Amino acid sequence: MAATQTDSIIEIRGLCYSRGEHTIFENLDIDIERGKITAIMGPSGTGKTTLLRLITGQLLPDRGSILVDGHDVQALSTKGLYKLRQQMGMLFQNGALLTDYNVFENVAFPLREHTDLPESLIRHLVFMKLQAVGLRGTWNMMPGDLSGGMARRVALARAIIMDPQMIFYDEPFTGLDPISMGVIVRLIKMLNDTLNLTSVIVSHDVAEIATVADQSYLIAGGRVQARGTPEELENSPSAQVRQFMKGLADGPVPFHYPGPDYRDQLLGEES
Amino acid sequence: MAWLRYIRFSIQDFVETFGASQLFLARLLAYSPRSLIRPRLIIQQIYSVGAGAVVLVAFSGFFVGLVMALQSYQSLAKFGATGEVGTLLALSLFRELGPVVTALLFVGRSGTALASEIGLMRATDQISGMQMMAVDPIRRIIVPRFLAGGLSLPLLAMIFSAIGILGGYILTVPYLGVDPGAFWGQMRANVNLVNDILNGFFKAVIFGGAVTMIALFEGYNAHPTAEGVSRATTRTVVISSITIFALDYILTAFMYRGI
Repeated sequence: MAATQTDSIIEIRGLCYSRGEHTIFENLDIDIERGKITAIMGPSGTGKTTLLRLITGQLLPDRGSILVDGHDVQALSTKGLYKLRQQMGMLFQNGALLTDYNVFENVAFPLREHTDLPESLIRHLVFMKLQAVGLRGTWNMMPGDLSGGMARRVALARAIIMDPQMIFYDEPFTGLDPISMGVIVRLIKMLNDTLNLTSVIVSHDVAEIATVADQSYLIAGGRVQARGTPEELENSPSAQVRQFMKGLADGPVPFHYPGPDYRDQLLGEES
Repeated sequence: MAWLRYIRFSIQDFVETFGASQLFLARLLAYSPRSLIRPRLIIQQIYSVGAGAVVLVAFSGFFVGLVMALQSYQSLAKFGATGEVGTLLALSLFRELGPVVTALLFVGRSGTALASEIGLMRATDQISGMQMMAVDPIRRIIVPRFLAGGLSLPLLAMIFSAIGILGGYILTVPYLGVDPGAFWGQMRANVNLVNDILNGFFKAVIFGGAVTMIALFEGYNAHPTAEGVSRATTRTVVISSITIFALDYILTAFMYRGI
């Protein structure tokens, strides 16, 4: 562990988080290595998106620590947190583009907010990033006119406009057709390698993750169930890991949501 | 016992929401001066919440002026005091109807638009997205809208009153035979700039700030679902309308206590 600790850009130790009565994480330990693509997998509803929000300081944990690039996220002031976030890019599930600006202005938004660059330089930077995601031709379209996959690519261009160190993908493959999916997979890999980024992908798409991730964590029931390369997880002896990786309907995660006895509920009186 | 608990939770909920809204207002006021550095953002919002409402306000003002003139002409005619119709119109429009009716129209036209716009931005992660880009959504999108609302409503109220008086003039002078000299002369003699016009203007400033704040607060704290956004819009209309009437009473009581 000592060797991995030195080049971890994100270190999560003993993370506990609950929402109301519902415990979401219990003693979670995760290390995200610098320059690698790390996947965080798990069934729907395990709190994968919540984990991203905790790492980026949008939510505060009940207990435990989250160190991002040496900074304790909980201890940072709003100003410090915003400074740290300038080194982060995040791709939301639906792109989260600003609907009253066109594609160009959406990608230029962080530059206009954080820098005083001249207009000509902003143009260059925006068109370079749009070219990287293959959507330079859409510069004057409105977000509403883009397909889901295109909106996500524009959001990706916006996420890398400030040249961040880390980029977080929240379910980047959900609801895409095979072509868009292939494009996004290729982009994640290419951006990670060419821009020297650290990427964190939260997803439940096992097949796509296997092609891009260097390292994977499987989270279920509030704990880390397994970690390793995609092949290691594939060949894991644990029944829980096998169920998820192979997509079995029944197993440690039961097909039926817990409820009262079937017979009692059918024959019993309406309550 | 269940109803007792229900009342307790309702009161607790009210106090919490009220406290949160006052903190929200304090943040808006604290950020407002710095926001003036970027007037473009405010001007864009004045265009959408203020200029967009001009036609509605002008039409409503015109008809309110017509109805007021007609009603008061009939009563005043009994006493042979139809020359006073201008004064009556101007006083009631500038002091009460202008600010109050315009504020209610503004809630329906622009307050709901603001609440649903901000609520949908929350539901589609645009607000979280902005926070992730290290941009404070309160400074970037909320404060410019707040200032735009606070600036637009008094101007709209003035337009409402002016067009209302014009409507009253058009009806009473050429059609009902009121003397134009009496109409304008009585109005000029009896309407005071500070007591009537500026007090009305000040009321509209307060209403504008309050209504816009309520719409933005409801939108910003909306649940990120379709139902949440619809609830936020409904609450905006209900809470704003009550607030307008309550504030109007308080302001009137203060402004005209010596008169």
